Parts: sequence; C-alpha cells; structure tokens
Amino acid sequence: MHQLTIAEIIRGLRDKQFSSVELTSHYLERIQQLDSQFNSFITVTSEQALKEAATADARLAQGDAPALCGVPVAHKDIFCTNGVRTSCGSKMLDNFVPPYDATVIHNFQQAGAISLGKTNMDEFAMGSSNETSYYGAVKNPWDVERIPGGSSGGSAAAVAALLAPGATATDTGGSIRQPAAMTGTTGLKPTYGRVSRWGMIAFASSLDQGGPITRTAEDAALMLSIMASPDAKDSTCLDRPVQDYTAQLNDAIAGLKIGVPSEYFGEGLDSEVGARVQDALKEYEKLGAELVEISLPHSKLAVPAYYVIAPAEASANLSRFDGVRYGYRCENPADLRDLYMRSRGEGFGEEVKRRILVGSYALSAGYYDAYYNKAQQVRRLIKQDFVDAFDKVDVIMGPTAPNPAFKLGEKNADPVAMYLEDIYTIATNLAGLPGMSIPCGFAHGLPVGLQIIGNYLDEARMLNVAHQFQQASDWHQQTAPAAE
Amino acid sequence: MEWEVVIGLEVHVQLATQSKIFSGASTAFGADPNTQACAVDLAMPGTLPVPNEEAFRFAVMFGLAMNAEIGKRSVFERKNYFYPDLPKGYQTTQLEQPIVGEGQIEIHLEDGSSKTVRLHHAHLEEDAGKSLHEDFHGMSGIDLNRAGTPLIEIVSEPDMRSAAEAVAYLKKIHSIVTYLGISDGDMSQGSLRCDANVSVRLKGEEELGTRTEIKNLNSFRFIEKAIKVEAQRQIDLIEDGGRVVQETRLYDADKNETRSMRSKEVANDYRYFPCPDLLPVVLSDEYIEQVRGDLPELPDAKCARFEKEYGLSAYDADQLTQERLTANYFEQVAAKSGEAKLAANWVMGEVAALLNREEKSIEQSPVNAEHLAGLIARIKDGTISSKIAKQVFEAMANGDGDADAVIEAKGLKQVSDTGAIEKLVDDVIAASSAQVENYRNADPDKRPKMMGFFVGQIMKASKGQANPQMINKILKEKLDALL
Repeated sequence: MHQLTIAEIIRGLRDKQFSSVELTSHYLERIQQLDSQFNSFITVTSEQALKEAATADARLAQGDAPALCGVPVAHKDIFCTNGVRTSCGSKMLDNFVPPYDATVIHNFQQAGAISLGKTNMDEFAMGSSNETSYYGAVKNPWDVERIPGGSSGGSAAAVAALLAPGATATDTGGSIRQPAAMTGTTGLKPTYGRVSRWGMIAFASSLDQGGPITRTAEDAALMLSIMASPDAKDSTCLDRPVQDYTAQLNDAIAGLKIGVPSEYFGEGLDSEVGARVQDALKEYEKLGAELVEISLPHSKLAVPAYYVIAPAEASANLSRFDGVRYGYRCENPADLRDLYMRSRGEGFGEEVKRRILVGSYALSAGYYDAYYNKAQQVRRLIKQDFVDAFDKVDVIMGPTAPNPAFKLGEKNADPVAMYLEDIYTIATNLAGLPGMSIPCGFAHGLPVGLQIIGNYLDEARMLNVAHQFQQASDWHQQTAPAAE
Repeated sequence: MEWEVVIGLEVHVQLATQSKIFSGASTAFGADPNTQACAVDLAMPGTLPVPNEEAFRFAVMFGLAMNAEIGKRSVFERKNYFYPDLPKGYQTTQLEQPIVGEGQIEIHLEDGSSKTVRLHHAHLEEDAGKSLHEDFHGMSGIDLNRAGTPLIEIVSEPDMRSAAEAVAYLKKIHSIVTYLGISDGDMSQGSLRCDANVSVRLKGEEELGTRTEIKNLNSFRFIEKAIKVEAQRQIDLIEDGGRVVQETRLYDADKNETRSMRSKEVANDYRYFPCPDLLPVVLSDEYIEQVRGDLPELPDAKCARFEKEYGLSAYDADQLTQERLTANYFEQVAAKSGEAKLAANWVMGEVAALLNREEKSIEQSPVNAEHLAGLIARIKDGTISSKIAKQVFEAMANGDGDADAVIEAKGLKQVSDTGAIEKLVDDVIAASSAQVENYRNADPDKRPKMMGFFVGQIMKASKGQANPQMINKILKEKLDALL
C-alpha cells in the first residue's frame, strides 16, 4: 500500500479498495517500525490521524469527499498546528503548542487530508543537510550514513522512505528542491506569494515559500492545488485564483523551449551529476523540446546576496524568541539582560546564532549600504536576468545541487561549503520564481535532481514539463533500499 | 546676553481606529491586561501583519489638514530593539518613505499674533505594550493591550521660539486631530504624547545649539514647564562655561527639573530595514481626493466663518473653535437662541467655568445647549435679568430642569410692571431721606453716580427681580422731580 502515489490513493479510496483508516494505520506502523533509522519525524500524531481517517471514511461513504479526503500526509514542523507542538527544529520552541493552524494546514484539513505528524528539519530552516535540528540529524534513506539535504530533510526522507505519500515543506534558498534531489523525490517551490505564509514560522520573509515534496509531478500538482490559495492574513500572498495544476499535465511538450544556462554547468559541479542532467536534457529533446543556451550573468552573485538578505531578515524575524511570552526561557534569570542573553544563548543552535550575527552586522549603521542595499541591488539584477531569459525560453533547466548527498558531518566545519549546496537554487528565491527538482538518475549510486525553473505563476507548465519526463522515465519510481 | 530658545516637537497621536494597525484586536482603552492582544500582537511564531486601511485614511486626513504632501508610496520598516513590551523585538514604523511629507500650520498666540510652524513629516507606526513595575514581587508585568495600536508620529521643524509657542502648536495639533475625529486626543490616557527637542543660542545666531530631547510629556502644563526649566538649565550651563550634551532627559514634575536618562543606551543602532512582511502602500490620486472631499470643516476655516457669520471678534472665534465639540455646542446655542454674541459670552464664561470647576468636558456639560439657549432667550425677551440668569444657570447645572421651569419654580421672573416698580422706588426714596438730600445738593454731573445706591436698594427689595432698565428710568424721573 505504501508504494501508492497520492493519485492512486485517491482512486483506491473512492473505489473502496481500502479505507483511510487502513491506509493511515499502515503508514503509522511503518513510521513506528522504520523511522528510528531516518529520524524524519519530530512528532507523530497517531491518535489524531486515526480519528481524522475515520471521519474521512465516513465522508467517503456518504459521497461527500473533498479532493484529498482520507489521504495521509506529513507536515514540516515549521507549519503551526493547533494543539500540536510546532518546534521549527529548535530547542527554543520545544515546548511551543500553537493555538492556531497555518493556512496551509487549514487548507489540507478542508481538503480532507490526514496529518500523520510533523517532520524534522534544520533549526528554523537554516541548513542544507538537516544536521542543525535540535532533534538530531535526519538520515538519507538511500544511505543512512548520508544527509538527506535540508532544510526540509525530514519531509524528503519521509517521502523517500515511503513513510508518507507526500509532505509539505518550505524553501527559502533551496530547502525543498535540494533535499528532493538528494532523496530522489519530486519537490516544488511555487512562485513567491502563491502559498500563504500565515502560520509558517518565518526564516526570511521575502524568500520563504511553502510547497510539496512527493514522489511524482502529478502528486505535486494535486498537493499544490490544495496548498496554494489567496489569503487575507498574509499581505504578501497573491490575490490570484488558484489553477487546477493537474489540468495540463498530459499536454504534449513538442516545441517547448528549454533554456540551459551555461553558468549552471561550470566549476564546482560534480561531473557525474552534470552527465545525468545532460542525459535528461537529451531525453527532453527526444520529447520534442528545443534546447536553447542562455546566460544568467549575475548567477555568481546569488549566494553572496542571499547570505546578506536572508540573515538580515532572519535577525529581525527571530527577535521575538526572547524568553518572555512563550518558548524556551532560561532558569532563574538574574535580570532582563540575563533573561535575554541566556534564553537566546541556550535556546538557539550554532547555525541560527551565526546567521543572526551575520544579519545584524549587515544591517548595522555604517554597513547597511555596503551589504544590505548592495545585496538588494544584486537581487534586482538577478531577477532581470531571468526576466530577459524568459523572453526567449519557456522553462530553464539545470542541476538542482552540485553534488549528490554527502556524508553526515562532512561539511559541518565549513559553513561556506555548506552554503554552496544551494548555488543553483538560491537565485529563483531571490527572483521569486517557481522551481522544481525531479529525479533524473544516479551519480555515485545516489539520486540526482534535475531542476526546472518556470516563469512567474507558470507552475502548471512546469508541472506539465516534469510530468512528461516522468511518463518517459522511471527514475522517480526507484525506491530507496531502506524503504523496503 | 540675550538668549533664544529653539524648540521642535515630536508628537505621538494614537489613532481612534476600531482595531489595531496590523491585527483585528480591539484598541479600546482600559480593558483587563492582555485581553485585547491577539496572536499577532503577541508576536506568536508564524503570525503576520495585515495593514488596517482605516489607519491610512486617518493619516491621509491628517496630512491634508496640515497642508502636507501625501506619500503616495509609503514603506514600513522594522526598528530593531529588545524590550519586554515590544513583542516582535522590532517596532514596525516608517522612516525613508513616510505617509505624510512636508507641510505647515498656523498657530495662534495669546497676544493675538500668529506664526507658521513647518511640519518635517508624519509617519504611521505601531505602539508598544506597557511594562508594569508594581505588585509583581521583584518582577515586571507586561500588558500588551496597547501593543499594535496605530500611532502617527508628527515631527515639526525646530520653528518654535518659546514654551508658549510650543504649547500653542501642540494645542493646534490637538485641535486638528480631534476635529478630524482621528484621535480622542486624551492626554491623560496617553492618546497624545510629546517629546520636545530643546536648544538655546544667542539671539541673532544662525547655527542651532546642541539639543536635548525631553521624553514623554503628557500635559500642556508640563510641556510648558519642562521646556522653560530645560532652556534655563542650558542657559545657566553655558553661561557658567559648560557645554550642553546631546542626550535624552526626563522631566520630573514634582521637582520641576529635567534630568539625564542613562546615556549608556544612547549608542542604539536600530538597524532599520524595510519590513518584508508588508508591501509598499501605494495611494492613488483618486483616493487622496476622495479623502480630501470627506474632510470636515477644520479649526481655521471654522474660526473665519464664526467671525463672519456670527460677528464675533477674532479672539472669541478662536477660543470657541479650538475644540470641535465646544464649537458645535456654541453653534447649537446660537442657532436656538438667535443671540450669537450672548451665546459666545455664556459658552466662554459660565459654561467654561462650570466645566472647569466640575472637571468635565463639553459633551458632559450639566447644562446642555438647548437649556442654555432657552436661558438666553429669556434674557433676550426680558423675562429675567442677566444677574438672575446666573442663578437660573446654577439651578440648571444642578439638574433643576430647563430655564422656564427654574424661573417658574423659584419665582424669578423679572418685574417689569410699572406700578410695582414705582412703588419700590417710592418706598426706597421715602426710607432714604439723607441720601435724597445729598443727591439734591450734589453737582449735577455727580448725580448719575449717586443713583447707584438707590438702584442697589431697590434691587435688594425686589430680590433682584426688578427690571434694571425700568428702575433706572423711573428712579431718575422721580429723583429729578424732587430737585
């Protein structure tokens, strides 16, 4: 049953091949039996899931079933869940139980989906290996000695290990796409503002965007149709109607113009990874697409600009964690200063502290123009690169990450090496564009991701392009040995 | 040496919106602590601000009333600092692109002169909560009801040259915001607060002296006293060979002195940057013109109209129009009584004294406009004298009903019957032979003054109810007949 895709589950539930309670119980058992190897969940909500499944079965029996009725999913522990601890992977929020649901959570509930629990993640979504979590590292189901990518490592590992057919995730600089690439799953970051950020704990507000991690593009389309919504509670959320993202999946892609940026195939790219991506591009040619060489001249500046803007926003976003109203508070504070210093000093991990310091520095008097303002100028140039490119092409493709999953601990000593993991994904966040990663083969025995970047609000075409590849290949159907 | 004081004010005005600037929680004053703070106000993780359109409309109304440029594109920024009553660890405010740009207003001084004060800008921002330092056994309590209440901070140019000018400016701001209905202007509840930047220089000097900032002045009286005492402190300091240090000071009303706040925190770096949770707010010309069209009559326009329409002096018109509700009250009394001048005198005289005595505002006046108009009508038609009217007014203030009811119940109707008055005059003349004799022997030009004695006696005998004009007329005839 755990081999089923979301699309197959929806059909199976409606055809009464199995009940939601049976399916949900099955996943809960798998989580209980297998997840100690992967550590992909922080919280499993068995009781609530079974209750929701029973309700879903009743609705299915009555023929009153919304789109995802009875389908179990997992949620990244960055989305606030009413009555269920939402930790954001941090000691700071280890005791935090929100009294409200994120809009994304609400949307899944309205669609009748079942929540299996909350998945592990890098602390406050800061990391590319899921090693910064207070709840311990997540292990890659393809090789438990290796990282699953981050920050949505728990969601990616859970889907790759078949502990959930789909999971929500968030992407600030690559946190959906890079773990999808590392775990052989399909991940989609929508256009900025397509998915509401209400109740999604902020890392860098102008870059954060929620999206799904699934096993197929079709499932990503099904989940995105639920996740995306206009939302009056988020001023940056787009007030545009949501498309049916499954409608165009089967359209032919003959004549599609694929932009291939030369900058994405240069130094630093693992040659085997590069070869798999080239194989995928050839496959697209076979499907009738045309490859167009393009240039994104400011690509090199994306990582430095990102590591000014994202920490700057984070430094302010994380100020609310002060030990005063909720979350971690140090023992016996002597005075206000001691309360702040120790609550934050003890509650945050190293990477979070590093980024708060970097961000505060970039915003400080005398440095603001040299760092923050300059980074914003670079951001506009990067966006313009893409706008120019999309005058000529329909989608852009390249590698998702420069290398396959690396060993746990391998890059911990070198933050910059870790930051370069997101070298191909960060630019789309800075530009606000949608991007995907889909499996396109193996390098050194580990999954490789192909990145597809779409134009603004062109998620439907991006999904169509991904789906057509998955119709012609079976990389996405490979399962990690540990998932068996 | 002659010194000149230079003052600029930063005025914080709480806007009277129903809900907070970025959340749906109520802004009502006086609720139990933390009962009017929602998840957004508490800065719970994942919550986001949504701007309150009404706060923008109020700010635009204010800008238009100040003859100011309206920022068609305004941007919220984060001002970062840690304080327990600042839940997010930053205040959402405006810096580079405020909603209201440069403007100017005219202020009126007590000597009848006027002066223009320039507005540097005004911006929208959120208020913080309150820290409560009593009754918590060595800890502080935090009340976040006020957190997120919309404020406009109004920053003047350093155009004021005396404490009196500063107070006149502040009163004008108070008058404008209450006229517009965008704030209750209640200084005792903190709806209008003021920081004063004060410096001194020798008269004729071009360059500004080093300024100090006096924080959190919350009454017109304190502002005046604080500026005076601070200016004098600076003058004394310089004359004694010292130097003014740029710093923030607090005014101690009990000791009538300012004192330095700890300067350790002066080097605050607020690390402002545009708030990524809020998009720039863009206002169309149509929107601004629509707001302009809906503006109520403002104090200056009303003052000019009062002079013209009611024939009031510039001083009276200004006094009556400083507060919108007072002006409304006056207009009702004038309309119902048909006697604008009398209405003005009564509103500025007896009514003002009554309210002052009872510490009430005009809308709480024990004598409503209708009752006062009724009273003035009775003065006008001669039913009562002005003197008796004061007695009737006091009775109305005590809740004894309208003027007619009081006059009837107390039998205060003016005696205008010729026969009755003649009898009173005759009785007094008969009982005052010595004074009559003096009158007869006096120089003719001293006689009018001597009549006062007889009028007083007659008034007394009539218990104040005899018509004074008739007394004068009849008395003079009768006395002159004795010459």
